Amino acid sequence: MEELRYVFPQRRPSTYFLNGVTVVKRVSKEISGSPNWLVTKFDELVNWARANSLWPMPFGTACCAIEFMATAASRYDFARFGMERQAFSPRQADVLICAGRLPFKLAPVIRRVYDQMPQPKWVISMGACASTGGIFDNYAMVQGIDTVVPVDVYVPGCPPRPEGLLYGVLMLHKKIKGESLALPALRDEQPLDAKGLRMPPDEIDEISEPFGNSVHQFRSS
Amino acid sequence: MNPSVDALRTTFGDAIGRAEAARDGETIAFVRPDRLTDVMRWLRDTPGQAYDYLVDVTAVEYRDRERALEVVYFLRSLERHADLRVKVELDPRGELAVDSVTPLWAGANWLEREVYDMFGVTFRGHPDLRRILMWETYAEGYPLRKDFPLRGRFSRAEQVRQALNANPEAHYSLEELSIAEAFDEVPAEMRERLRRGERGKLPFDE
Repeated sequence: MEELRYVFPQRRPSTYFLNGVTVVKRVSKEISGSPNWLVTKFDELVNWARANSLWPMPFGTACCAIEFMATAASRYDFARFGMERQAFSPRQADVLICAGRLPFKLAPVIRRVYDQMPQPKWVISMGACASTGGIFDNYAMVQGIDTVVPVDVYVPGCPPRPEGLLYGVLMLHKKIKGESLALPALRDEQPLDAKGLRMPPDEIDEISEPFGNSVHQFRSS
Repeated sequence: MNPSVDALRTTFGDAIGRAEAARDGETIAFVRPDRLTDVMRWLRDTPGQAYDYLVDVTAVEYRDRERALEVVYFLRSLERHADLRVKVELDPRGELAVDSVTPLWAGANWLEREVYDMFGVTFRGHPDLRRILMWETYAEGYPLRKDFPLRGRFSRAEQVRQALNANPEAHYSLEELSIAEAFDEVPAEMRERLRRGERGKLPFDE
């Protein structure tokens, strides 16, 4: 559990985010009295297999996708970490890598891609724009893809170098190796609520606010 | 100064306003909005002019609210290697409308849709005046107008809600993408479906 500290926490910690104690309690209630040797060893085996054969679904919309291609190409070669096969079909993918800015027009598209991926699935938000909207604090851009899909690892940078993306992938490996098969989040979908939103509206407004020294702006309504 | 301007003045008289040189040396001719179609047709069809290629249609709104909103047409004569810019001034407080040049240049179709989408200029006689960059149900206004707040009029949550509730397949069927040029030739029933924005049946699904 110790290495999980290095994973970037979600802005809104949800029940399925693996933060130590909570998860262990949940597991112990669901399976048996306490996680025994067999269960933990089996988890270890499965997680080892999952972490080392992640099939990425690239969702490249901008310059981050160029760095993503460089990461996939021979010099950096993320096939070394088990990502040999890029799944250009969400049905065969494990990890969705959003590389680049996401306009509102593409928000339902990435949501549909995410919904079509089978469980268990993870999401890497690559670059400043995908993580926060970046420099595009305007009418057309989603301010962080975590308002649309849950994100596991945020990779900062504009765009991140291939080393940065590889580091993010290794962080995801660590997160996966700390998960348990009994974790409900690895089986259950996280559907949108009745309003069609992933999180309460005020939270979306809050995390979409620009950082400190942004240009003074106002909304007319 | 482009000699076409003098020819325009002798032909159209006071329908041609001032003319000026742009910073890159090209000539800008201002045309009264009600004579735009005549002027453009003359520029395209007169042998000595032969501006047969409409490079771009765009619009400019200035920060000075007293200044007019300009719709700009970039013309090029491929055979004479000559360029001309034609501008139409519209009062931003009045009705923003100008005649469409799509009957003259079919390529103006999407260009005028873009100006309509971003500035709210209505092109009279356009065959299919819909938004082109923003989605068709976009209700916040025209993003490139000076009175439009940069982050949009709705809250971020409302924007995300509207985006996630949109159906990405409703407006962009494969049919629409592939037969856009042949719209008039398709069967009437299919045309109606495309108008309603329904997704067409693909050849390989039953």
